[in-house]
Amino acid sequence: MEFRKFFLKANNELEGGSILPRARRITCKKCQKQVLVSKIRKNYFVCPECGNYFSVRCRRRALMLCDRRSFRELYGELESRNILDFPEYDNKLAAAMEKSREKEGVICGEGTIGGIRTCIFAMDANFMMGSMGAIVGEKITRLFEYACDHSLPVVGVTVSGGARMQEGMISLMQMSKVSAAVKRHSDKGNLYVVLLTNPTTGGVDASFAMLGDITLAEPGARVGFAGPRVIEKTLNQSLPKGFQRAERVMECGFIDQVVPRDKQKEVLERILKIHSICR
Amino acid sequence: MIGMNMEDYEIVLSARADGRLTAKDYINGLTTDFMELHGDRLYGDDRAVIGGIGLIQDIPVTVIGIEKGKNTQERIEHNFGSAGPEGYRKALRLMKQAEKFKRPVLCLVDTAGAFCGIEAEEHGQGRAIADNLYEMSTLKVPILSIVNGEGGSGGALALSHADRIWMLEDAYFSVVSPENCANILWKDTGKAADAARALSLTAQKLFKAGLIDKVVKSGDMKGLASDVYKELHSLMQKSTENLIDDRYRRFRKVGY
Repeated sequence: MEFRKFFLKANNELEGGSILPRARRITCKKCQKQVLVSKIRKNYFVCPECGNYFSVRCRRRALMLCDRRSFRELYGELESRNILDFPEYDNKLAAAMEKSREKEGVICGEGTIGGIRTCIFAMDANFMMGSMGAIVGEKITRLFEYACDHSLPVVGVTVSGGARMQEGMISLMQMSKVSAAVKRHSDKGNLYVVLLTNPTTGGVDASFAMLGDITLAEPGARVGFAGPRVIEKTLNQSLPKGFQRAERVMECGFIDQVVPRDKQKEVLERILKIHSICR
Repeated sequence: MIGMNMEDYEIVLSARADGRLTAKDYINGLTTDFMELHGDRLYGDDRAVIGGIGLIQDIPVTVIGIEKGKNTQERIEHNFGSAGPEGYRKALRLMKQAEKFKRPVLCLVDTAGAFCGIEAEEHGQGRAIADNLYEMSTLKVPILSIVNGEGGSGGALALSHADRIWMLEDAYFSVVSPENCANILWKDTGKAADAARALSLTAQKLFKAGLIDKVVKSGDMKGLASDVYKELHSLMQKSTENLIDDRYRRFRKVGY
């Protein structure tokens, strides 16, 4: 049982590699080399051999960006229900909870980054592909309202396949709900920095992911509205190299900077510092 | 009412059927002195979205509609009612203009979805939709959106951040098309009817869930014209602050 738990944990943290138990190594899917798990951890979950970005669980993401021991979770008690009695949704929720070890696809909280009090949300790809349902929308909305009331900046890390089908129109309308909360927060002169990670698509791309005052992205992250396969099918042609990748999306004018993972905390600290002086 | 006895998927099919009234018909039926205004002032003029100014009785209005076209030539001209970022930006430009001149906005929504394409992506489809949701949330004039056919996901939502959302009884509004949903869940587009039922996408169901504000009888343009007039008139009585606060609450309560 203990072993099983360990594998499960390592597997979750290192998606994009298959686990080799005893050696505590994984095979990087990109370079096919075996890499020590401990080395990957120290390297911000980037493959030390080839630079491949492993996906990062939401809780770890928040801890990576916040100052040591400063993160305090908010709204962690909220849990999704099968509102529409949608087929197979209950099972999918249970499986997502086990896989991600989270109650929902986003974690929200408050902490300090470079000593500056900040609200943080981070989404989780292990929870139904970071899809946005009512609770994901509710938690992020509450965070923006809290940040608005306390004049705090918001730092958000997005990863999502879009709105969650199983909640129908309720999940689609979360796009409206969160966008309105972002607007209120912004109208009071508060800062919102968003960090786009792989992939940020669909309804999340078409709402709060694209509404930051400053928009950062991880190298190589897919950022776009429609899924690449859908576009290929619609147009009946293959897509150009680099299409919907962060670097290309920056060329197109929608991202301020592509920031490697080991520099992200430092860049956020700088942004927050400059805005804390302006206030 | 049609919606009551019709299978959900039949409603989806009827929302897409040939011969349905399109945005232009509603503009002709609901307004007088309509004049079309073109272009987003940034890059282009997306013909999937038509917008302009006119009168509803004595109320000057801005009307924005997604137009599908009625025959092959028209459909090609209007890109089958699938708008790109230029279309959503044209809509936003006209809404800002409406705000300046203090006239309400009427949106007519009928799209299978926002356009999927390389150019649409690289010109910022996601950003354009997000911007509309963001800006419409605090627009200082009333917004009434009527889904008169297909309410296809984010592309339809981008014109539906309104004080009131109405739907024709034989229209649908959904997070995903039933075919795509069936394909993703069961790898079988043949199960679209099951998906349609599960998605709860009909006007009746959405009204019952409190997500839309009115189910509109189809084929009664006169009745609709009078209801639209009354609704705009009553929304215009609200103070700007109340209008925006109520709009915020309207979406704030969804899902929790």
